[in-house]
Amino acid sequence: MQVDIKSLSIKPLRNTFDQVARFTGNDKSASRYLEATIGVQPEINFHYQPLWSKNRSIYDKDNTVIVMNDWYRLLDPRQYYYGAWTITRSKQQDAAERNFSFVEKRNMLTTLPADLREKIINVFVPIRHMEYAANLNNTYMSAYGYGVSITQAASMCAMDRLGIAQYITRIGLMLDGNSGDALKTSKAAWQNNPAWQPMRQLTENMLTTKDWFELFVAQNLVLDGLMYPLMYQSFSDLTSASGQTSFVMMTEFMSEWYEEHVRWVDSVIKVAAAESESNNVQIGKWLQKWRTEILQVLQPLAQEALGGAAQVSLDAAVAQLSARTTKSGVN
Amino acid sequence: MEQAKKMNMKEKYNTMTGDLAWDFSYKTEAEIFPLSDFEGIKIEDWSKWQDPFRLTMDAYWKYQGEKERKLYAVIDAFGQNNAHLGVTDARYINALKIFLTAVTPLEYGAHRGFAMTGRAFPGVGAQVASQMQSIDELRHAQTQLHTISQYNKYFDGLHDPFHMFDRTWYLSVPKSYFEDALSAGPFEFITAISFSFEYVLTNLLFMPFMSGAAYNGDMATVNFGFSAQSDESRHMTLGLEVIKFMLEQHPDNLPIIQRWIDKYFWRGYRLLGIVGMMMDYMLPKRVMSWKEGWEMYFEQNGKMLFDDLARYGITMPKFWEQSVEEKEHLTHQLWLTFYSYGHAAAFHTWIPDDSELDWLSEKYPVTFDKYYRPRLVYLREQEKAGKRFYNPSLPQLCQTCQIPMVYTDPKNPTKRVYRETTYKGDKFHFCSDACKEIFEHEPEKMSQAWLPPHQIFQGNCGGATIPDVLKYYHFTENDGGEFLHSRDNANWNMWKGLTPDEEAA
Amino acid sequence: MSEKMVFLALQDNEDARPIREAIEADNPLAVITQFPGVYKIDAPGRLVINRESVEERIGRAWNPQDIHLSLVTLSGNIDETEDYFALERT
Repeated sequence: MQVDIKSLSIKPLRNTFDQVARFTGNDKSASRYLEATIGVQPEINFHYQPLWSKNRSIYDKDNTVIVMNDWYRLLDPRQYYYGAWTITRSKQQDAAERNFSFVEKRNMLTTLPADLREKIINVFVPIRHMEYAANLNNTYMSAYGYGVSITQAASMCAMDRLGIAQYITRIGLMLDGNSGDALKTSKAAWQNNPAWQPMRQLTENMLTTKDWFELFVAQNLVLDGLMYPLMYQSFSDLTSASGQTSFVMMTEFMSEWYEEHVRWVDSVIKVAAAESESNNVQIGKWLQKWRTEILQVLQPLAQEALGGAAQVSLDAAVAQLSARTTKSGVN
Repeated sequence: MEQAKKMNMKEKYNTMTGDLAWDFSYKTEAEIFPLSDFEGIKIEDWSKWQDPFRLTMDAYWKYQGEKERKLYAVIDAFGQNNAHLGVTDARYINALKIFLTAVTPLEYGAHRGFAMTGRAFPGVGAQVASQMQSIDELRHAQTQLHTISQYNKYFDGLHDPFHMFDRTWYLSVPKSYFEDALSAGPFEFITAISFSFEYVLTNLLFMPFMSGAAYNGDMATVNFGFSAQSDESRHMTLGLEVIKFMLEQHPDNLPIIQRWIDKYFWRGYRLLGIVGMMMDYMLPKRVMSWKEGWEMYFEQNGKMLFDDLARYGITMPKFWEQSVEEKEHLTHQLWLTFYSYGHAAAFHTWIPDDSELDWLSEKYPVTFDKYYRPRLVYLREQEKAGKRFYNPSLPQLCQTCQIPMVYTDPKNPTKRVYRETTYKGDKFHFCSDACKEIFEHEPEKMSQAWLPPHQIFQGNCGGATIPDVLKYYHFTENDGGEFLHSRDNANWNMWKGLTPDEEAA
Repeated sequence: MSEKMVFLALQDNEDARPIREAIEADNPLAVITQFPGVYKIDAPGRLVINRESVEERIGRAWNPQDIHLSLVTLSGNIDETEDYFALERT
């Protein structure tokens, strides 16, 4: 390329927006992530008291008891703004699409051993309802959280969960050649089977949790932190041990997604816990409360899914979660 | 690939959305969706919801990912090629300044508002449609920032848009409009934004503006504009479906919805006056006049879409006739106002050149030569004589729309409209019967408005003098005032003088 | 204008060209107007984009949902299946 010496004299007046320069402390050219994120949410001079709350503003730091001097510090290590997020997901859905059609073309699901097929219908497919609840919970964080760093990531997480619920639904449809019967059986299990009821009760309780940061801890840290290893590691291993690769293939999206989800969640917890002793204590309390409850409701499900391997798998999941929270500095 | 019992699109989509929900038994629906009935809207059966577009997340990612790849390829190329020098002239950038400070924050507000409705509605179809729109709106705010980022490096007035949005006097027009909707319940919000704004008015914001950008050599803005519009068509359709759904659910909903439509049509129309001003005055090459845009997108198309709803008893929004009567006056009065307060704005103002005045005369044959051209010509002469006019006082704002009280009565175009009402012993002022009526219906809420001039007088905006207030806004000495004397203009002339090759390219 | 009109607008680019041509062929009453960067297509009552017509023009499979990549705006009630995408106002 020919460099026109004259065009070099066209010097920029500034290198980024002021709100970004204030955040980073300098006017260096900033990443797309920071320009898309920092300072975008309104903060003051609100016009009207919301009709849906007597004592909160449209955007309000008091929607959680966690206190941050600068909420924008809860950055996303993946640096997802909308474009980076959706382009990543479009590649992953492309891969998922290939996996699904591979399995479908070879009728791999219709030839599953009957007991494994039953297990997938009764213990795995009902998770679509939990993912739907996770979608609502993350939407809640996106709606009532503070600062774009965390709220946009919650919003993307909400859509991810809807996507995952829909992938599980597709697995359910493929199990019976698109008749919808497997989905009906699976939903009835979620709604009525004794093994699912404690989990369904916990899920409904979570949907009424008011503090959005508590919900973040309950859903994204603890519930996901125990459920994903259980299903996408232990249960998945069990299916492949029986010589079946279809389950692993069709849940590749979820396994990959979870690895990345953990990075975001741990980073948020780490920064919030490091902010103050009181944050750390509060997060620790929530962690303990939800871990105890969730472990309890997971017992009967682990039993159904994993039989003799249930306890070992649960212990492994708990160990993973403890290692993560210790690393994040939660006491 | 093909299965024997293939579900149709609608059935399949229902397994992917509606069927994800279940019958709660440990908590009640009222506990899980506590905001769903306080507005008085009655929904008997959420399963009757018709999804306007049946996009599953995998399809959503596929299409949106492709759109984003294309969009960012253009933004990258734009930055690498100093393409900000390719616009018709530096006056054009001022339209972008208004866009970034007034519209981009609204996209963000829509993102949060639809997250609220996406959590508040008890029906999965409505939740998913809201959530998808929520994340689309985040996309719009961010692609606008990324596109305009390049301009911010070379032009003034774009450097601190969100700080300005929270504080600046004229930006309280879009801010209060959107917060009116955000502080309401989920049904009012979605009626306000999805129907009254997206479905009835948004074409007017994007179509002329983006065509204007194309016409003025701003390919990056065209790029995000049209890319965003492909999402807007989903959003507009949601607006229509929401209204139909609410009306079909219960007859008691009709008067509530009609009142919301009336209110947000009018507030949206007042807000769009600023867009009209950009169309008529700020685009060096013009696509259509505000009047033509209003005729095409509101009088013709808007009437047709209200015809669609006539069977439910919905009528054209109250005071729509007023908007038509004002169409030959609106943009000229607004431009003259911003011209007079140009020292307190973060964009430049100027008097159009003769060929532009001729264009305005042609587009506004009834009013322009009679009322506005002589004033513009006089102001130009004053400026040439070294007496650029600025109004040193603070403007009085309408309590509802927060636009300065400058609009005149179309039947008597030299007489300004003043309306007032008393609430709890205080007097409130309005620019129109419509704004007064909106206030009188919800005086408690509307009386809370954070009116910038009042706040300045109360000492809440950095001080009592104009320099104090401008400092509070983070305006620099280069952001406002006359375009001819601006740093933007000086730099533009220097850059273009230095690089004649680029102009040819 | 006594007849009820519908419209849609498509970006002026290569992806949209076969869609526009399919519309022209299948909707004799449609009127196409070009603006900078965009085509506005108006029609009385109904405007349809048929999957087959687009596929004929591009020589490969086309899903009516692909219209999302080119659509700029629309007015009318949507009727959408695997085989067509239509706007109606009656």
